[in-house]
Amino acid sequence: MKISKQLIKKHGLKLEEFEHIKKLLNRDPNILELGIFSAMWNEHCSYKSSKIHLKKLPTKGKQVIQGPGENAGVIDIGDDDAIVFKIESHNHPSYIEPYQGAATGVGGILRDVFTMGARPIALLNSIHFGAPEHSKTKSLLNGVVSGIGGYGNCIGIPTVAGETKFNKTYNENILVNAMAVGHANKDKIFYSKAKGLNKSVVYVGSKTGRDGIHGASMASAEFDENSEEKKPTVQVGDPFTEKLLMEACLELMKDNSIISIQDMGAAGLTSSSVEMAYKGGLGIELELSKVPCREENMTPYEMMLSESQERMLIILEDGKEKDAKKIFDKWDLDFVVIGKTTNTNNLTLKFNDKIEGEIPIEALSSKAPIYDRKWIKKKPQKKEINLKNLKKIKFEDALIKIISSPNNSNKSWITDQYDQSVMCDTAQKSGSDAAVIRIHNRDKAIAVSVDSSANYCNSHPVTGGKQIVCENWRNLIAVGAKPLAITNCLNFGNPENKEIMGEFAECLEGIKEACEFLNYPVVSGNVSFYNGTNKKNIFPTPVIGGVGLIKKLSKPINHIFKKDNSKLILIGKTFGHLEQSCFLNENYSINEGLPPEINLLNEKNNGETLLRLINKNLILSSHDISDGGLITALAEMCMSSNYGAKILKPKKLTNMFKYFFGEDQARYVVEIEDNNLPKVEKILRENDVYYENIGFTQNKYLEIEGELKISTKDLFKINNQWYNNY
Amino acid sequence: MRSSIIVFPGSNCDRDIKVALEKMQFKNQMVWHKETKLPKSDLIVIPGGFSYGDYLRSGAIAGKSLIIDEVVKAANSGCLILGICNGFQILTETGLLKGTLLRNKDLKFINKDIHIKVLNNNTKFTNKYKKKQILKINIAHNEGNFFTDPVHIEKLKKEDLIAFKYCDENGNIDKNSNPNGSLDNIAGIFNEKKNILGMMPHPERMIDEMISNTDGVNLFSSLLN
Amino acid sequence: MKFSVTVTLKKDVLDPQGKVVQNTLVNMGMSNLKNIRQGKHFEIEVNENNQSTAEKKIDEMCKKLLVNLIIEDYKINKI
Repeated sequence: MKISKQLIKKHGLKLEEFEHIKKLLNRDPNILELGIFSAMWNEHCSYKSSKIHLKKLPTKGKQVIQGPGENAGVIDIGDDDAIVFKIESHNHPSYIEPYQGAATGVGGILRDVFTMGARPIALLNSIHFGAPEHSKTKSLLNGVVSGIGGYGNCIGIPTVAGETKFNKTYNENILVNAMAVGHANKDKIFYSKAKGLNKSVVYVGSKTGRDGIHGASMASAEFDENSEEKKPTVQVGDPFTEKLLMEACLELMKDNSIISIQDMGAAGLTSSSVEMAYKGGLGIELELSKVPCREENMTPYEMMLSESQERMLIILEDGKEKDAKKIFDKWDLDFVVIGKTTNTNNLTLKFNDKIEGEIPIEALSSKAPIYDRKWIKKKPQKKEINLKNLKKIKFEDALIKIISSPNNSNKSWITDQYDQSVMCDTAQKSGSDAAVIRIHNRDKAIAVSVDSSANYCNSHPVTGGKQIVCENWRNLIAVGAKPLAITNCLNFGNPENKEIMGEFAECLEGIKEACEFLNYPVVSGNVSFYNGTNKKNIFPTPVIGGVGLIKKLSKPINHIFKKDNSKLILIGKTFGHLEQSCFLNENYSINEGLPPEINLLNEKNNGETLLRLINKNLILSSHDISDGGLITALAEMCMSSNYGAKILKPKKLTNMFKYFFGEDQARYVVEIEDNNLPKVEKILRENDVYYENIGFTQNKYLEIEGELKISTKDLFKINNQWYNNY
Repeated sequence: MRSSIIVFPGSNCDRDIKVALEKMQFKNQMVWHKETKLPKSDLIVIPGGFSYGDYLRSGAIAGKSLIIDEVVKAANSGCLILGICNGFQILTETGLLKGTLLRNKDLKFINKDIHIKVLNNNTKFTNKYKKKQILKINIAHNEGNFFTDPVHIEKLKKEDLIAFKYCDENGNIDKNSNPNGSLDNIAGIFNEKKNILGMMPHPERMIDEMISNTDGVNLFSSLLN
Repeated sequence: MKFSVTVTLKKDVLDPQGKVVQNTLVNMGMSNLKNIRQGKHFEIEVNENNQSTAEKKIDEMCKKLLVNLIIEDYKINKI
């Protein structure tokens, strides 16, 4: 079949890239080889637009066992325990078929974790939809939530935390990021690097069908009116088979049969075989007639590019095949030797002994294009909003507007669809700043949270990048965990656009700065470009997934008020920054101006001091302050607990709205036993932490002296309406 | 006391019930569904989860496993059988318990801590509970809506075979406290001989103060009594 | 007028339920079984005397709600 310009384009390759392929092969590729290049060279697999910038991120630390480059990141949490985790996107498939797109997103990220030898212990997700009024939003929300629940619940892993946001920027392009966290033995981590010659390459799991052929290429193409035509590329997930696959793999991993293992995700058999060979500096030869197929008459092209789910590729030690097959037979899964490692450094594809394609491994990996795309810095919109120019509103109404908004309403409608308790180690469920999972049979626990701030990142990418890392860090501190490392999912628009590339570069700069300062390295992640439709790109939406350690678990600290008449302290300084705040957005539809500044020194100092206080058992409850400012944080503490609070009018007050709704960073609200106050204040002062005594808890009402008095019951009612009415 | 937990492909809560039983000092064994013989057991547990993915009908395919024949034999000889969530569904599919579990009335999966009232505390499973005791317990299911024919309902009432009913925190049994639309708020039932208990809520999730509460403990202590 | 609508998965789409049901039946001794695909069946009655108009209405119902056009096909038959 002749390779026409149209065929090249259909494969998502540029003409220059095709010329590059010809040079590398010293001839024209055939259609099978073209398909393979298109899969390996697309953005999703090659990171060609992002590699240069990702290199700048801090990825090392005492706590890091494995940084980016493997299926997931690995951190040391002491004794023999390691935590394996990663976040990934499944944006485009979820827009087309929300249930299956979200479900297969969960399936994919779980495989990335258990392929390294870790039993998954928690799932999180960060999902972003268009404006609620947009015609597709309701069905997308329903589909995605059902899909996440349907997959996670069936496989029996608790979905414990997440964020759900609505913003018209995602009207034509939603975001579905799924994160998985697993527990492994530090000395039994499995990697994907192939080793040894003539080793058996084994295919395990579901049969191969025609699913998602060119899904990886689709993930790198923007949507246009013809998106509906892209339908057949959506895969159907089978969580039952994944559960069997997970148990079979974990069982096989108990001994030393596995040399290397990789899941077949985007670009299926192609990416897994190439990556294993590349990392090992070897070649790999596959006899495709051996691939278990679900459909009849599948061609080598289809087999190599199929994205059928629930499959893994394993390289086994000599002589281990028989015993390994027994395990997979027990779990009713296919187990077939489909090839071997070689010293040719080629990907050699045979069908019935005839060579159908042969490509040097490095052409698909190290020699894949890397682009240093042009980018420009974002012009900061230094607009200052003057409250005097805005229509006057009542303080109570402003608060109500925020807590009743889609973005800030109680999310039980969503979280009740997820099993949060299975595996019986969920010490703290969703709803607080972070979820807490006990490590099975241990005293220790991990805290996990996922965070993003598209509005901040859009208005000032560097600050936004810093802020999301800090907020994620604070969320772990607030539950008494020491933040250890992060995974990031970088959702951006078209990288061929100078401004979008600039947003990427600048957000990364901010993330880098914050991670370095806080000793909070990046151990894994994913880049999703081309999120946009018809040249309209989404707001830059980097998402941070963080993991922290609680050395000895007692009842976790959360944001629920514990007592009547306990003292409330505001840690951190309030400047009253309103630009880019929920207050202005929800009440006036204003989203101009710069986001609040980040002071990394204060972030670190305030957080570490709070952690010290928590570890000394001096804190009854604590909450990080973010969207909606201080009053929203207080309202959330009231609503979760049935206690209210009485807040004294701040002494140095410029403006009530600025003080209570301002979104200054590095702040927490903490509840303290009355008689612990002197001790706490002493420690805060000793550590140079700015703080204010803002009031105390009381029954029934959330009150600000002379400004607000609203019952906790009413707050709760207002906060719990939106999803049920939608 | 000796217990066996039947593990099907897709069972998820097998480890959870194992931990609970061992904590309560049961001598436990895990039994893979392909086994044709059961170890000597005083209690057989069919755990929660998604056996066979809940495909076709929840519990339908597990109900056809070889090991189920042994479970039926054991049940008929008076062995204690406990089916939790998917286990309850499997018991109804095998006919060891009458009735069926339909899709939740709101058509959504529901995971929540709810309350149930102990209606019959005169059985091997519930003797450590007080009569009408209110328990806070976790549910997590898609098909928990108990339904059966009028004849069976009459029998359940007459012979005191209803183990638990959904209620609110004050013990009121009504529509508002019914999370899934179950007939008469039924959350768990016994067979005629009262040696088989099927329940949708998860007692094994309520044995640890650190994680939830200990309202589930007495179910297991009752068995040991 | 009464119609039946049969909704099935498109040919190349994975059918996890059909796969498991098939394996179970084979394990129960039905060795001649080649393949099973699971679908849905609707019986719909409409207030319409003209068959062609009625079918158009049913077709609209399928397209708008009953069928996931991304992964499913459907057949309408008059009962």
